[in-house]
Amino acid sequence: MATITLTISALPAHVRTARLMAATVARRAGIAASAIDEIRLAVGEACSRAVAAHKLHCPTQPILLQLIDGKESEASESRTDAASRLLPVNGNTAQRFEVVVSDRAPAKDTEERAGTSMLDGLFLDGDDTPPGGISGFSPGLGLAVITGLADEVEIDPSDRGTVVRMSWPLAAEHPSDPRSN
Amino acid sequence: MDLKLDHYTEGDTEIVVVEGEIDVYTAPRLRELLIDLVNKGNFHLVVNMEKVEFLDSTGLGVLVGGLKRVRAHDGTLDLVCTQERILKIFRITGLTKVFGIHSSVQEAIDKRSAK
Repeated sequence: MATITLTISALPAHVRTARLMAATVARRAGIAASAIDEIRLAVGEACSRAVAAHKLHCPTQPILLQLIDGKESEASESRTDAASRLLPVNGNTAQRFEVVVSDRAPAKDTEERAGTSMLDGLFLDGDDTPPGGISGFSPGLGLAVITGLADEVEIDPSDRGTVVRMSWPLAAEHPSDPRSN
Repeated sequence: MDLKLDHYTEGDTEIVVVEGEIDVYTAPRLRELLIDLVNKGNFHLVVNMEKVEFLDSTGLGVLVGGLKRVRAHDGTLDLVCTQERILKIFRITGLTKVFGIHSSVQEAIDKRSAK
């Protein structure tokens, strides 16, 4: 199993770096070209959410991004119970590309209404933006987008931060088209 | 690439041309431009997104914010977008029902004039 770990300061400018890195690693792992855009967007949403949460609670703490190419892995040794619930029923853990975004902002204040289907109130604008919040950004919508994009999602909020795990199937026999680089 | 913004007037409509990536870092600039245009009395906006390479929920939030502002003046905010990768996020979030999405600036202007 190959893992790439990226730590970013909680600044909006670095979200793009995280996105590009995730897309590059996913492409290299052999993810289908059609899923690369989904990964790029989902990772951007997860990192944007983490940056917004850190801005409110712990702006000096870094955000951790792990890109895990599960191609050669056996059943994983380090998975938590929460993660193992993600695994497909057939136990084929090896064939997934997983992205884990971990922040350190306590979840109880920032926990969003994940899966809220009503769009009302999801968009922040001008006067509605909380102090220190990023204008125009709504974490609830970001999580809704992640849920819509990732093949498997697990969001694990705790006092020590929130861990967002997303994964996509690897098409190992069909490496990505080199031209798409 | 970064975000490039431009705008020009066509009749009673202000066309906003967006190029590059709209994300948590760049979206505030688009938001400022939309607010500025509305404050200057432009209540019919068309945002041309044909050269947008990336759009996330922050960008969507800014567009909805712009829509709210123009609607407060009985105005309109329409989008021009034919790129599947960008349209997809409007579909996922159900926003295709909120925005008029057109295949060209001219179509956006014509459809509004016909109303």
